[in-house]
Amino acid sequence: MTFNESRFGGAVLIRPAGRIDLSNAEAFKEALLAALASATTAVVVDLGAIDYISSAGLRSMVIALRSAKSASKGFAVSGLTPMVLEIFTISRFNLVFSIHASARDALAAVSPDALIAFDAS
Amino acid sequence: MKITFWGTRGSLPAPLSGRSVRRKLVNALVKGANRGLDTPEKAEAFCDEAMSFAEWSTFGGNTSCVQVDTGGTDYLICDLGSGAREFSLSALGKHGPAAPQTYHVLVSHVHWDHIMGFPFFVPAFIPGNHIRIYSCHPKFEEAIRGQSHAPCFPVEFSALPASIEFITLETGVPYEIAGATVTGMAQLHGGESFGYRIEHDGKTAVYTTDAEYKPDDYGLMDRTAAFFRGADLVIFDAMYSLAESISVKEDWGHSSNIMGVELCQMAGARQLCLFHHEPVNDDQRIQDILAETLRFEEITRSGDKLEICAAYDGLVLEL
Repeated sequence: MTFNESRFGGAVLIRPAGRIDLSNAEAFKEALLAALASATTAVVVDLGAIDYISSAGLRSMVIALRSAKSASKGFAVSGLTPMVLEIFTISRFNLVFSIHASARDALAAVSPDALIAFDAS
Repeated sequence: MKITFWGTRGSLPAPLSGRSVRRKLVNALVKGANRGLDTPEKAEAFCDEAMSFAEWSTFGGNTSCVQVDTGGTDYLICDLGSGAREFSLSALGKHGPAAPQTYHVLVSHVHWDHIMGFPFFVPAFIPGNHIRIYSCHPKFEEAIRGQSHAPCFPVEFSALPASIEFITLETGVPYEIAGATVTGMAQLHGGESFGYRIEHDGKTAVYTTDAEYKPDDYGLMDRTAAFFRGADLVIFDAMYSLAESISVKEDWGHSSNIMGVELCQMAGARQLCLFHHEPVNDDQRIQDILAETLRFEEITRSGDKLEICAAYDGLVLEL
């Protein structure tokens, strides 16, 4: 798994790529928490390049979501491939996370400033 | 090894309501209209061919009780939920009250849904029967004796005429029970709970209910996979969705269908049986969860196919 990270206004957009499973869920969690620490308003996790996420990876996202809520920051997810969306649906995480079709939509949902910065980029 | 499920619900019995029966009946009448279903044989065939399990049957409402038949003369069951009454009536119906039997019982833990069937366990009321109750739980004898006591129950435990013994097991130690080798494992659950790996004649069934598995607890995941290793059947607490079990219902002591699939895949188990159904889930909901679980296994499969079923009261599995 690799990460690509970019900043739009006070929001951080993080794009992991590959598989997220038991072997790298801890690194995924640390990357999400680091993104949250550096973001002032919100974090968007774009999963467009993720082809599989296990329960351990979903657990990492739950921890990040809790951290975001306690810090009064936004947390949204975007770009799920059909298979990853299916995993979210079967596990009912589609009811837990704010899920958007694209990173732009997710940034718009969490922060107007982030959307302006994204459109200007 | 033959496994018979006598009770499969979690938390408390969930009898099918009159409204649910009526809904099934209306659905069947509409579906079967103009099909010439004028004999029981035609109606039976229609149920088999045109209706789903949830439409023509029910997953049942009794709480945990699972029989493990290893081919010997003694009986072996896991847990004493309300399904234990059905089991005991079946055993008595087979042998009659005049032929004493020996019943071995493995108790996962002492929450009420897992012991509530004992006051109605008919063999306990018949002299000559032997009932040997085993558990790794430190308070199982106290709990089982305690519920057969005034003011909660009119027949005192001490008045039961059968011979009843309590045998405490240690986790990780294999024991010979009813011709099978039984090994216990501690599980995450409020008030303690224990799973049992049951091996006989080259076949293995794992009974793991009221157990929470945390996906980021790598040590627990590895230990659990080792406990499930190569099992022919894993009877698994799939009470919640994964999202519930690791968010709003974290530390409530139960697990999910997703976790069951992942652990069985890690362990190379052959079959997963979804068990301890959430009592608010109706038959259609449980059937949908099974379908989703089958799909999850399909899209995450990297080796041999994991067979998956959902337990129902009356299900028999031959291993």
